[in-house]
Amino acid sequence: MSTQITLKNLTKSFGRKHVLRGVDLVAPAGQNTVIIGESGSGKSVLLKCILGLVKPDAGEVLLDGQPADRDRDAFLARFGMLFQGAALFDSLTVWENVGFRLVRGKNKLNRSDARDVAVEKLRRVGLSADVADQFPAELSGGMQKRVGLARAIAADPQIIFFDEPTTGLDPIMAGVINDLIREITAEIGATGMTITHDMTSVRAIADQVAMLHNGKIRWIGQADQMDTCGDPYVEQFVTGSADGPIEAVR
Amino acid sequence: MVVLRYAQEILASIGAAVLALCAATGALLIFAATAVSHLVRPPFYPVEIGRQLLRIGWFSLPVVGLTTLFTGGALALQIFAGGARFNAESVVPSIVAIGMVRELGPVLGGLMVAGRVSASIAAEIGTMRVTEQIDALSTLSTNPMKYLVVPRLIAAVIALPLLVLIGDIIGVMGGFMVGVGRLDFNAATYINTTADFLTTADVVSGLVKAAVFGFILALMGCYQGYHSQRGAQGVGRATTNAVVSASVLIFAANYILTEVFFTS
Ligand SMILES: Nc1ncnc2c1ncn2[C@@H]1O[C@H](COP(=O)(O)OP(=O)(O)O)[C@@H](O)[C@H]1O
Ligand SMILES: [Mg+2]
Repeated sequence: MSTQITLKNLTKSFGRKHVLRGVDLVAPAGQNTVIIGESGSGKSVLLKCILGLVKPDAGEVLLDGQPADRDRDAFLARFGMLFQGAALFDSLTVWENVGFRLVRGKNKLNRSDARDVAVEKLRRVGLSADVADQFPAELSGGMQKRVGLARAIAADPQIIFFDEPTTGLDPIMAGVINDLIREITAEIGATGMTITHDMTSVRAIADQVAMLHNGKIRWIGQADQMDTCGDPYVEQFVTGSADGPIEAVR
Repeated sequence: MVVLRYAQEILASIGAAVLALCAATGALLIFAATAVSHLVRPPFYPVEIGRQLLRIGWFSLPVVGLTTLFTGGALALQIFAGGARFNAESVVPSIVAIGMVRELGPVLGGLMVAGRVSASIAAEIGTMRVTEQIDALSTLSTNPMKYLVVPRLIAAVIALPLLVLIGDIIGVMGGFMVGVGRLDFNAATYINTTADFLTTADVVSGLVKAAVFGFILALMGCYQGYHSQRGAQGVGRATTNAVVSASVLIFAANYILTEVFFTS
């Protein structure tokens, strides 16, 4: 059963830097919400606020209408995340990374079963079984990203976050990952939240698109309304133009 | 007026520094208390503890062994030179043993391991912090305090007394080698004097010190790494801070513990 995520007036500053200035957002259950915005606009911070890794200064995170802090462990047990830099544990082998959750907790598998599941998930993201016993540092950036994706989906989570899933990948692999995200979230029926500034990803993944700008949700709507929404900020982002209301730092 | 303003500014900056120090001490104490509270609550990670024991204990053996060996030898020469001034050369075996076991073994062992292990713990955990591996642990339903910090603390508290015990023996042996080889002591007399003179309390007090130093050096490595600032520079600073703060705290704790054992 998937979960609806609601953000109400989420606010976060680091010192004098106001990153989030009151974000309101509803990510419907079982759908893919994609958040776009310039880099440094606070997209990663937003995800970390939902996870409780960053404590918001104000505002609420609701999961199916319940405050998220109430049972964070239960939430995390049904959760998976692909980090921007993959964040693989470099002291563990690839399969131990992917199977990290599988060998722990209530329904833990023994190591050889967990390895089988891990190898299957690796195959799913386009990696062969021979990487299973390598260490993350031996892999290319793109491969690490795919291992990160395999780890995120290893325990069939109901809620999955993807932080810039295609950054650093070649266009073909990016396409493969986009399709995978779409496919896997649809198959599990999971609620997905993806951060990206890759418009190809947006079109491939999104049911709903939200644009974060200046600490607030500037625009939110269905993916197919994005091109015709008439918002100059969104238009500039979609077309990738240097001219427009968003100031490009040169 | 100008003087007054300068005085005010100086006082203000001293005040700010004192406040910052208090805040840092408080943060460290809270970190330590949290870590200790996780010591007794499951889940436990025995494999991690084993891994850290190997790294902190086993791989520090050569460093500690060599340090105490040379120190024991030098100590024998110094005490002989000092003792000769009032015809008391015969104190060499007993003073070497006491000095090694009660003071130099634990302090030098603690410092050498602090240099080696605090730094590498801080660098490792700091890198995990800046590459979001610590965040990733949390999202995988694993408490980073339990998984990263507690095993290192336990391993260091177990490993240091063992290392220091071995270091003590090697140090006394260093004294013995110099005493017999260079200062013409009779081997049997040297060993007998040492054995007769040393008490269990001497050895135990040194090992208690070692356990405390182990806690300090692992704690400082973990704490500095855990709070590492972003980027390679942040990790570098965490590493330096870990070694410096661990060393200073070891000296301070050594004085306090010595005072306690001295009066009791
Ligand atoms: N732990 C932190 N301490 C201080 N500043 C931070 C921290 N995390 C993020 N920031 C700042 O918040 C802003 C948003 O960061 P982030 O969410 O990572 O951007 P992005 O939208 O590219 O993911 C950045 O300017 C970053 O410097
Ligand atoms: Mg980001």
